[in-house]
Parts: sequence; C-alpha cells; structure tokens
Amino acid sequence: MITFTIDGFEVEGEKGQNVLQVALDNGFDIPHLCYHEALKPYGACRLCQVEVTKGGRTRLTTSCNYPVLEGISVQTNTEKTTRARKMVIELLLARCPGVPIIKDLAKEYSVGEPRFKVDNDDCILCGLCERVCREVVGVDAITFLGRGSDRKVGPPLEINPKTCIACGACVYICPTNCIKLEETESERTIVRWERTLPMKKCKACGRSFAPWFQLEYFGKITDGIPADFWDKCVDCR
Amino acid sequence: MKRINNPQELEKVREEILGSRDPDKPCITICSGTGCHAFGCEKVTESFRAELRKQALEERIYIRTTGCHGFCEKGPLVVINPQKIFYQRVTPEDTGEIIAETLLKNNIIERLLYTHPQTGEKIVKEENVPFYKGQMRIIFGNNGKIDPTKIEDYIAIGGYKALSKVLRELSPPEIIDIIKNSGLRGRGGGGFPAGVKWESCRNAPGDKHYVICNADEGDPGAYMDRSLLEGNPHSVLEGMMIGAYAIGSDEGYIYVRNEYPLAVRNVGIAIDQLRECGLLGENILDTGFNFDIKVNRGGGAFVCGESTALMASLEGQAGEPRAKHIHTVESGLWEEPTNLNNVETWANVPLIINEGVDWYTDIGTENSKGTKIFSLVGKVNNTGLVEVPMGITIREIVYDIGGGIPGDGKFKAIQTGGPSGGCIPESLIDIQVDFDKLTEVGSMMGSGGMIVMDDKTCMVDTAKYFLNFLKDESCGKCTTCRDGTRRMYELVDAITRGEGKEGDIELLEELSWVVSEASLCALGQTAPNPVLSTIRYFTDEYEAHIKDKRCPAGVCKDLITYSIDEEKCTACGKCKKVCPSDAITGEKKVPHIIDTEKCIRCGACITECKFDAIEVA
Amino acid sequence: MGPKAIDRILKKYDYEHSSIIGVLQDLQDEENYLPEKDLEHISERLSMPLARIYRIATFYNTFSLTPRGKQLINVCLGTACHVRGAARVLDRLKMYLGIDVGEMTKDRLFSLQTVNCVGACALGPIVVIGNEYHGQITPGKVESTIKKYRKKPRKSATKSPRHKKLKIEN
Repeated sequence: MITFTIDGFEVEGEKGQNVLQVALDNGFDIPHLCYHEALKPYGACRLCQVEVTKGGRTRLTTSCNYPVLEGISVQTNTEKTTRARKMVIELLLARCPGVPIIKDLAKEYSVGEPRFKVDNDDCILCGLCERVCREVVGVDAITFLGRGSDRKVGPPLEINPKTCIACGACVYICPTNCIKLEETESERTIVRWERTLPMKKCKACGRSFAPWFQLEYFGKITDGIPADFWDKCVDCR
Repeated sequence: MKRINNPQELEKVREEILGSRDPDKPCITICSGTGCHAFGCEKVTESFRAELRKQALEERIYIRTTGCHGFCEKGPLVVINPQKIFYQRVTPEDTGEIIAETLLKNNIIERLLYTHPQTGEKIVKEENVPFYKGQMRIIFGNNGKIDPTKIEDYIAIGGYKALSKVLRELSPPEIIDIIKNSGLRGRGGGGFPAGVKWESCRNAPGDKHYVICNADEGDPGAYMDRSLLEGNPHSVLEGMMIGAYAIGSDEGYIYVRNEYPLAVRNVGIAIDQLRECGLLGENILDTGFNFDIKVNRGGGAFVCGESTALMASLEGQAGEPRAKHIHTVESGLWEEPTNLNNVETWANVPLIINEGVDWYTDIGTENSKGTKIFSLVGKVNNTGLVEVPMGITIREIVYDIGGGIPGDGKFKAIQTGGPSGGCIPESLIDIQVDFDKLTEVGSMMGSGGMIVMDDKTCMVDTAKYFLNFLKDESCGKCTTCRDGTRRMYELVDAITRGEGKEGDIELLEELSWVVSEASLCALGQTAPNPVLSTIRYFTDEYEAHIKDKRCPAGVCKDLITYSIDEEKCTACGKCKKVCPSDAITGEKKVPHIIDTEKCIRCGACITECKFDAIEVA
Repeated sequence: MGPKAIDRILKKYDYEHSSIIGVLQDLQDEENYLPEKDLEHISERLSMPLARIYRIATFYNTFSLTPRGKQLINVCLGTACHVRGAARVLDRLKMYLGIDVGEMTKDRLFSLQTVNCVGACALGPIVVIGNEYHGQITPGKVESTIKKYRKKPRKSATKSPRHKKLKIEN
C-alpha cells in the first residue's frame, strides 16, 4: 500500500494506480472528461488538474496520469487548479457551446461567454470512444485522424468502418453524447460513423437482439462457448 | 576498408592512411554541404576533375569534397590547402584558372577572395575571414577536413581514437564521470547535463538499454545538426558508441528528418563502413563490446523532437508524447531504459574524451561548457553556421561574425530557440549567450537557431508565424495546446488584420499561462514563449496594431498601403510587368502609379524595383 | 502498386509493425501518394488495423492520401525564410498556379506543399521543386522559375534522390 495525502487527508493507493482514481474512490471531486476506470489514462482534456508536492517541489499536473507515490501531497482545489480548469472549460465551451456537460461545468466554475470565436462542434476529442474501441472491444474501428488543430476522430476512411461491430461502446462512453445509435427491427446504425449492420433474430423468442456481424465477432474471440450460444438473446440463453 | 580487429590494428590502419598521404601535396577542398549544393558546387567539382584530367595533374593534386563549411552565404566555397587559400562564389569557369594560377604558380586570384565589407580589404586565408575569425570550430571545423563518405578521412584526423581509449582503459562509470565533470549539457534544447542522464540510464534496471540520436531537427531556421550529420557522421556515431558502452547498451537508433536526404545518405554510408570494418557489430575491437545502430527516417512532425513522441514514432506509432512522470531513462523505447541525446551533443563526446575535462571546461561559462553551433540566419550579412564558445555576446555574433545587418536596416531583435524560444531585443544585445542567460531573458537555447530581425520585421507577425506553426505542429492531444495555440493564433491574427481589441494582450497572457502550465509536453509548455517575449519587449508594436491600426514595420498586409515615389521612379515598367493584379499603371517615361484598391500587397514590385521607388506606409 | 511489390517492401522491414512508417515512406516513394487499396493490403498482410495505419498516414506531414502532381513544389516556411518574405512567395505561387496548399493543378503537373524548414536557411526564401533547390526566390521570380518546369517534362519528382540536383536562382 502507498500512503499519501489528498487535501490533507491520508489516503491509500496501490502501485499502478493513479491519483485521480484514488481521489474519486475516496469521494474527492475532481472534474474530468477523458478518464474512465476501464481504460488507460490518457491526459487529453487537462481538466483534472491538481497540485502535487513531491520532494519539496510543488507543481500543477493532471491527476489521471500521475502515479500514486509514497508521501506525496495532493491539493485538489487551489487558486492555480481553478485558474487552469476555468480556462480549459472556456476553451471547450468555445469549441462545443451546445454540449450540456460542458455548459454545466461552465456554470459550476462561473465561466461566462467564451472570449474566443465560438465554433459549433460537439466532440471534445477526449478519445474515450477511440480507446474503448481499441482497448476493450478490440476492433480498432475508429481512430484519431490528423493532428494539431485539425485533429478529429473517426473511421479510417471517414465512414463505415469495416471492423465496426456496432456494439455501441463508443456511444455509451461518449461524455458529450455526440455518437448516436439508432435501431430498428432489422438494422442497427452508429450514426456518426455511418455504420449500419443487419440484426439477428433470437432463435427462441424471435426478437431481433444484436447485429449478425457482432455475434460472429464474439464467437471468434471467445473460447469454449457453444456456437448456438450466440443464436439466442440474453433473456433466452 | 578491411576489418579492424583490435586497437593495435586501428592504429596501424591510421598510420597506413597517413603514410599514404602527403600533407604538403596541394589539395582542392570543395564544400558540398546543402547550401553550396544549391549554389552549384557539383558542377564546380566536375569541372575541377575534368581540368585535372586534362592537364594530367590527377597524381599531383588531391581533390576533396567535404561537408558544410558554414559560410553558406558565399557558396560554392573552395579552399586550397595546405595554404588555406579561401575562394568564394566559385564557378565552373574559374576552375582552370585556379589550377593554373594558384595551384601551379602559387598566385592568388584576387577576384575570388572575400572582400571585407567595411574596409574593402581582400582576405586570403580562411581563418582570417571575419566570419571564421571569431569562431571556435572544435566540433564543426572537421567538416572542412574530411570527405564524409570516407571513413579513412575520419580515421586520418584521429577518428575512433576516443572509442578505442574508452574500451581499453576506462570503465563505464569512469566515462560517465568524465562526461559529468565536463559539464556537457544537452544541445537539443533542454540543456540537461548529459552525464547525469547517462548515469540514471545506466543505473535503471531493464532487460535492454537503448541509446538514441535525435536528428529530427525540427526548429525552423536551425540546420546545424543537418550539417554535422551530413559533413561528419562518424563523429556523431563515435559519440553514440562511447555513450552506449558507458550506459550498457547494444542497440542504438538515429531518428533523422526525411527532409534531409543527404544526411540520411551519408550516415547510412558511414554505418555500412563501420559494419564492414567491424567497428559496429559484435566484439568491437576485441573488447567484448557489442553495438549496432539503425537509422529511422522521420515523417515530418515537429513534435517528434520531444523524446517520448520520438520514441513512439520509433515504435511505429503516431508521435504523441506521453507524461514523463516516469523518465525515459527508466522507461523509454519499448518501456526499457533509454538515453536520448541530439546530434551535436553526441559529437561533443569524442572530443571530451580525447582532449580531457580540463581542456573542455576551460571553454564556456560557469554552467555552460564548451561551444555551441548556431545557425545565424535572417537579416544578417554573413548567414551560415557558426560555432562559438558559450558566453560570447549576441553583439559579437551578429556584428563581428555576422557582419551586421544588410543594407540600411537596423538590428531589432534576435530570435533563438525556435518555436519554443523567444525574441531578444536590441537592449539585451550584450548578454552572454549560454543556457541560463537565454532562459532568464525569456527565450531559450533550443537547438541553436538564431534568426536576426531588423526594423522591417514585424514582431506581431513573428508571434503569429510561430503560433501558426505550433497550432499545426501540436499533436492535438491536450485541450490546452491544441485549442489554446489555435485561440492564441486567432487573437494575434486579428491584431495583424487591424481587428485587435483592448484587452487582447491581457487575454493572450492569461491563456499563455494555462497553455504553458497545463499542457502535457514541452511543445505546449513552451508554446507561449514567442508571444510572451514579443509582448514583453515590443508592447508598443502590439499597441500600434491594436490602437492605431498600424504596422510600424510595414509587414501586415491589411494595415499597409503601397505607393510609388515619383522622384525615384524611372518608369522602367518592371513593376508593371510583375504585378499580378494589374494594379500598376503608367506610360513610358511617366512615373507609374499604384491603384491601392487593386493592390494586393504581394511585394512583387518591391523586389523587382531597382530604384527603391516603392514605398510602404 | 501490385501486391507483390508491397510484399517486397514489407519483407525489407521483416514484416515488423514498428517499421510501418518506413513501409509507408517506401510506398509513397514509389506511388507518389498512399493509395487506399495499398493501405488495405498492408493492413491485411501485417494484421494491423487499418485505423492505425490511417492514424499514422494522417499524422505525419510526409504522407499524402491523394494523388499529387508530377512536380512537387515545396515552399520552405522556416523562420529564416519567413523573415525574408516566404509568405509573399507562397501567396504568389498560389495565385499563379491557381491552387491552394495541398492541392494539385488541373493538368496534374504541380502540387503545392509547404515545409517547415529544409535546412538551407542561408539561401532563403527557398522553393524546392522536385529535388532542385531554388534559393533567394522573390515573388517576381516565381513565374519564370515555374515556367522552366512546364517546358521539359521531367521524371517524377518524388523518387527519393540518390544524387540531388540543386540550383540557385540569381
């Protein structure tokens, strides 16, 4: 166990954990947009700023990718963390003025109208969708494209990524809710990636429950599960 | 080259090479760096060879094509040895005369000599040319003595002596102590003590240790690493080999810009030669030391100069930096301990081993030892690469070596450190250049670009230039860097278009603080420097743009108008011909007129007018 | 490029995933850009997700996903060139060719690109056409410089140079 302090309170973490994780587990409130416990920390949104004192030196850093270290002292709410977070929020608000989660943060941190030219984007490039698709689902259907101020996230050929199984993990994890899923009896579509797959009907109840392609993929990557397992919906299995 | 199996054989080879060469035999040395290439040195070399053949002098006169001599402004450069007669702007038509007069009769050809711009004096020897006189070319000087594609040339000037010495006589910790005591600091930008880095890497546990040479010289306006790698690749390789031995590494990488084809070629040739003679590979010089080097070409991304991004790129990923809470010396390439230094840093290593710590530490200032190669470019008479001891003043560099500002221009500022650096104003022209002083005044050493700016350079435009660069070159991961630099660009761009508002400067400062404090890597952390340093020293220029909607330097297109001075105009019609928007009218013998409505201020007429008649207001 | 030719490149790099940047550089040296079908083939042969290949192909400046003209015109925008007026040279080039940066002329002869620094700062402003360096270019010299390339069609400019031919405009 590694012992350190957050805002003066003694907390414990394990080797390999990061400061944000331990802080959240202990009920400290640090705003964050690109972090998810199921994924490797990335450090893109820059919102989870804290001040860490180590060996007598204090510095501003993101907590999501800062490893827990014995004896460090973490401050989650200082003049500097607020100053940094406010500007990050203002930048994000100028980018995505219509996104509820950003508007809420702006309210919480008393950030008014952005002083920059306002865009009308809905994606904050946190990379959660890209990482969940790669790290958890394992199909690498989408990725970051371009760099610098032209960076965006999407399928390699802009639309209809061939490896996408329309599982909806990206839809679920997106903090700005900019990736939408539409489903009918016969088809499922991930709207943003323009990916539409036909649905399979449950052999038992006849209800369509998942895309064929997705079930084939699951069949391929799982061992020791009988092939007909994927013929039925979750309720009928 | 035959195999060199042990230190004794290396010395024997050296003696053989030296024995086969007559130091008094005349030698035509032709600079073949990129600059001289652009001036047509290849044709000059061909012409020399043809002349020698024609006159049956091939046996009596050596000819050597070398790497960059630094004085690129005056290329093609030719030096006649052993007298060291320095000829500049040599053309293929001059070669016959040079052979007949200078080489055979020992007569100097005045026309080809360098003329001192102030005194008008003709200067015969290379070392007396003011550009070279103020320099201390301990690293870069060898470029002029060797053909970079011939390992024999490098061995002849003492090459691989330092490697042989460390392998035979010194333990790795002893080498590290030497480098630590020499005070060598990384020449790539940060100025971190090289010996300390080596030690941490050596002591870090890992299955494998890597050494990397960063030759991804991304700072626009800096090309010393290119010229070193092109002109003396073996010095860099020898440094890497010594470092690898000290650190305990058997695998090295050179990450070199793809935009530098000659450097890629020459370092590749050098590595092949080393493998052939057994100086790379297994059991080098029979000492049990194994080491090999791979060359990777970069993909043209400035951010890959950052060490973690460079390593990601070597691993076949996009060059996105990662947090350095765990240093690369502990977990770098493939998560193994990795030591990265840049080209110039590695090239310093053999010199320190050969000449000793005391000799080396005599050069430079208290905390910055040795020399630094700068690329002195922009609005300065003698542009080129200069190697100077740390501690020299900017004034000495710009005026004594650089020969001052061209035309009637006035020195305004010098930009150092590339996009991470800043602009230093005239009031600080007497500061001593070293790592700490440059940082103190709001700039940084960087890899050594020095861009001289005169009164016709707009400092707001300069800030905009760097912001434009940075917003494109940011990897795009951090909100603060990606969106922060873009917003800074938008603000400064508006200012240059006359749309600046009260409070813009303060907003730029506020944003700068966050971009530098809250971004992940050094690119973002230093990105505001060009803006902050220009605001700090040239606030009045920002204010002229914002309040008076005026660009004092006459650069920002939306804030200037062109007109023709009737007195000066000779109605030659040249401006009319080049004007792409048909904005210039005028009959023969009548002074011409510019229609400011049609004029797009492209500058074509200005460069075309021989009479200085185009006025910018 | 045929599958065999691609396999030859992949073999040169021992089918190593880490060498993907080198593979793409070699492909582009041959094809002048990165054709979609070739990238799909590489993805299959290396069992490397196409997404990762596209991430790299769109991250690095070197790569182009669209065909480029016979002659690549690279305008150096390094700081030294900038203070000597490179932006005006670029503007003039855009106007003269009628294309923007990253585009190709209708006759497929020229593509216009910018480069951060070619490391020949003493000669700025520099325009590199194919493998030929044109130093000290001014807006007024743009037209005459480009015209020379219209007359004699040359071999594709993107082949990596063995021996560079370099030139100066005076």
